[in-house]
Amino acid sequence: MSSTSTELSWRPNGLAGARFAPRARLVALARSMAGARRFASTLVLILAWQSASMAGLISARTLAAPSTILASAWALIVTGDLPYQLIVSLGRVAAGLAIGVTAGGLLAIVSGLSRRGEEIVDAPMQMLRTLPFLALVPLFILWFGIGETPKIGLVGLGSAFPIYLTLFAGIRGVDPKLMEAGRVFGLDRRGLIRNVVLPGALPSALVGLRYALGSAWLSLVVAEQINATAGIGYLINDARDFLRTDVIVVGLLVYALLGLGADALVRLVERRALAWRPTLVRG
Amino acid sequence: MAADAGAGLIAMSQARVATDASGVQVRHLTRRFGDVTVLQNLDIALAPGSFTALLGRSGSGKTTLLRTLAGLDPAPEAAIVEVPHPTAVVFQEPRLLPWQSVWRNVALGLGGGGTRERAEGALREVGLAHRLDAWPGTLSGGEAQRAALARALVRSPRLLLLDEPFAALDALTRIRMHGLINELWRAHAPTTLLVTHDVDEAVLLADRALVLDGGRIAADVPIDLPRPRRHADPRFAALRARLLGELGVAAPDASAELELHA
Repeated sequence: MSSTSTELSWRPNGLAGARFAPRARLVALARSMAGARRFASTLVLILAWQSASMAGLISARTLAAPSTILASAWALIVTGDLPYQLIVSLGRVAAGLAIGVTAGGLLAIVSGLSRRGEEIVDAPMQMLRTLPFLALVPLFILWFGIGETPKIGLVGLGSAFPIYLTLFAGIRGVDPKLMEAGRVFGLDRRGLIRNVVLPGALPSALVGLRYALGSAWLSLVVAEQINATAGIGYLINDARDFLRTDVIVVGLLVYALLGLGADALVRLVERRALAWRPTLVRG
Repeated sequence: MAADAGAGLIAMSQARVATDASGVQVRHLTRRFGDVTVLQNLDIALAPGSFTALLGRSGSGKTTLLRTLAGLDPAPEAAIVEVPHPTAVVFQEPRLLPWQSVWRNVALGLGGGGTRERAEGALREVGLAHRLDAWPGTLSGGEAQRAALARALVRSPRLLLLDEPFAALDALTRIRMHGLINELWRAHAPTTLLVTHDVDEAVLLADRALVLDGGRIAADVPIDLPRPRRHADPRFAALRARLLGELGVAAPDASAELELHA
């Protein structure tokens, strides 16, 4: 507010400026105030949490103080512990996603492009999809032991289904009129798939990729509860054994940030790959 | 229909033959959908380089005939369908791939080198040289249809099939497109078949009008007016009235004009 008033007195005879500039400034100020209010409520919450912790209302065994969490996060970063665990977790997600997206994508292409493929692939996929895949953890442990394989496998399984379902629907949803046009202008089967079917199915498949990423993080969280010796899940489990609620919260925050980051990444890919869509072109 | 998009991609007919001749020969073509006979033992010959308009009420089999000539629908074994190669189609909707730039759409399926130059040349001919790299989604209806026309022209077709390509355009754009089609046909002289329900369009562009009714050719009317043609020409009005009559549409004002000038 003070900056607005100094601005006014500083420009005594700029009539046009005085008429418009303060209004624009007020709008900007109101907007930043709204942003500040949203931020403020969070800040108040954290401050209340901090004071409650300092007053001894919340014991460190229940939930560490924000200041402690911040300090622990910093310590974990500078010792290289957090970056190391993060890389391990990221590696699991990357490997699982690569397997899941490839498998789901290939199956969707097979069953999307041919009726026989659909008959063979689609029915079992639809049946398996109804299984809550996280319930397969006990079986996975029996099959693959407690090493990296069940963890990566679970992430792969969790991400394969969203890709399969959306890409299959996308392929079947391609405009038959465009297919006809492609045929008339001399595209062979491979040309049709490359120029018409796959680009037409891409928007749907990218939605699937977002679901797949969400599913992959969830799988990671569950998988890392299985006797992990490294990774964010290990960090959390280890902290639980030592009643380090501060480190647990740091781990949770990292999970949250990873989820947000993955979502932003897919949105970036969408912006690039789907630049042709009229909504994005105009916007 | 949607399930057909991915599966069963190509089903080219065997009765349809691409020939070295520039004309079109159709004999004994019968098409049935269930109990409905759409085309009944049809015989049609199109002279090389001619411009034929195919008129008919909706459901008269116009589009079925065009799709058979384009190879989009299979021709029955008993029929003889000989079309020149290459054949190009302009559909009622532009049918551009929205994820490829305008010039790539024009170059779709083109073999050989210099595709960009060729696409650019075709787009220049239809007045779209400035939209080469645009996304189809940003084109106006008229621009998109001109791009579709460029996509047909770029392959130097010897048979050009136009399936009501102006039906979805506004009146002013349609007039400009008529002029463009006229110019391009005179410059390249492909054998052209224009499917339309617009009698004025037929008289304006074609040198022969076929009226399809009940799966047969009900009328075969030569249009020998000098080009460029004008609506005000009394012969234009006479032809228009005659074709409307063949289509079973009463045109009192047109017939009155006919008597007046006769």
